[in-house]
Amino acid sequence: MNDDSVTKKLMFYFPKCVCDKPIIYHLVKDYHLIVNIYRAKVTPEEEGYLVLDVTGTEEAIQRAIDFVKTFDVTVNYSGKGVVRDEERCSHCGYCVPYCPPGALKIEDRATRKVAYNESECIECLACIRICPFGACTSAF
Amino acid sequence: MKTYEQINDRIESGKAVVLTADEVMDYVDKKGLQAAAKEVDVVTTATFGPMCSSGCFLNFGHSKPKIRMSEAWVADVLVYTGIAAVDVYLGCTQLRHGDPANMYPPGEFRYGGGHVIEDLVAGKTLQLFALSYGTDCYPLREIRTYFSIQDLNQAIMVNPRNCYQNYNVAINRSDRTIYTYMGKLEPHQKNGNYCSAGQLSPLLNDPFYETIGVGTRVWLAGAHGHVYAEGTQHAGGGARTPDGVPMGGAGTLALTGDMKQMKKEFVRGVSFIGYGVSLALGIGIPIPILNEEVLRRTCVRDRDILAPVVDYGVDYPQNTGNVIGHVSYEQLRTGQIQVDGKTIEVGSLSSYPKALEVANLLADEIRRGDFRLAAPIAPLRKDAKMKPLVKRGKNR
Ligand code: SF4
Ligand code: SF4
Repeated sequence: MNDDSVTKKLMFYFPKCVCDKPIIYHLVKDYHLIVNIYRAKVTPEEEGYLVLDVTGTEEAIQRAIDFVKTFDVTVNYSGKGVVRDEERCSHCGYCVPYCPPGALKIEDRATRKVAYNESECIECLACIRICPFGACTSAF
Repeated sequence: MKTYEQINDRIESGKAVVLTADEVMDYVDKKGLQAAAKEVDVVTTATFGPMCSSGCFLNFGHSKPKIRMSEAWVADVLVYTGIAAVDVYLGCTQLRHGDPANMYPPGEFRYGGGHVIEDLVAGKTLQLFALSYGTDCYPLREIRTYFSIQDLNQAIMVNPRNCYQNYNVAINRSDRTIYTYMGKLEPHQKNGNYCSAGQLSPLLNDPFYETIGVGTRVWLAGAHGHVYAEGTQHAGGGARTPDGVPMGGAGTLALTGDMKQMKKEFVRGVSFIGYGVSLALGIGIPIPILNEEVLRRTCVRDRDILAPVVDYGVDYPQNTGNVIGHVSYEQLRTGQIQVDGKTIEVGSLSSYPKALEVANLLADEIRRGDFRLAAPIAPLRKDAKMKPLVKRGKNR
């Protein structure tokens, strides 16, 4: 891996027709990206969702995204597979110990508010199951 | 020395000096107790968290022809109808009809009484379905209709137990994951949960119930309600620190308020995986600074308040009364506690940021002259002890 490589979190949405294309294979083979898949799902309607990290040069990532888009795949750059409803979150802090990477954490000891840093989220879905307020949900 | 009347006069004239329990500690450290007691009129305390003994009375008014509801559901959640014809009581832990509960554990418990109360306060339209056996005066035997809170004659929250003075820190020493009202607890005391606003919590700022009693006016989710009785399981007579701070649950309050005045941000249905549903409420209680002693007690800090650590794997469900040890809220707030030399990660079910929001909203209302204090008409018992349920039977 060379020094100017970066890691980006992305979410792909595949409509029914392109679910069977080996897109990830091409990302690795043709664009030399390191791929780390957090979560993938094919719905009963046969639509596909994929949340992943890609590591490579900015340029290679951009070319890879352009390639992916030729398949009618929607690319979401913020990688928001897990969303927190800011209005419903009570900032109780209950989820904090259950979040393995510390994406949900109390950043400021003075306000005690719970920050959600989605770029650190590994989509384990723990918070979705346990948040009593139903503040965390999955985009798919 | 000040009286309730003097304090209310100052509130009326818009001159009252009001601080939150979060601000008062540093203020008194800076000014000195004597000077601060002269200056400060009111300290606001607050809490926001799940409070299972909550619910409300609803009155629907009469249909044409009339019905004496004998069974009824609001948004498919069963309500109690064993009172007058179109009065019902909706409890926050009631599950929705058909909820599989823990049939496939751990259950999700997505919707129940607490959520219905939240939806009512939010002004949503909900379904009422009621059945009756029919009488000469109330002939209708069935009704299905839709209503919102505006259509009701009364929607009065009546909560037999809110505002626990202090609370347990729950851990799990068993060897399997357990699902409790204190959250999901991993085996071998891997994590723990606590539930109190600590130094901001109402009864921790008035540990001997000198100003909070029956009749005290409170801020109940935005409505101006009051304490109508001691709360169920009120037990002020337990162990205390040398400063008088209870080292366990201790006191509780029974509160009531008009739901039509409530704000939806402070009334939230909650779901505990594997356990059930409840209601989280924001409550604020003003403490009149009658004298230096009352002020001194509002200066309690997280480090002075000790919470009992209890094993919900065995001791809590089996009611052994065993307490593993005590930790301070200062330790709890760091996110880690030490029990038997082992570090345990802890989370909070009660929201300090929300409680702070409530304390500030109440302080603003008092400063504006919109919230007057009410002196208690009867004190809460300081010596009450908690009684167990004894299983009695004819057969030995
Ligand atoms: S448990 Fe839910 S409500 Fe509490 S801080 Fe986490 S996301 Fe917010
Ligand atoms: S899904 Fe998992 S990693 Fe992401 S925020 Fe929730 S608990 Fe943390």
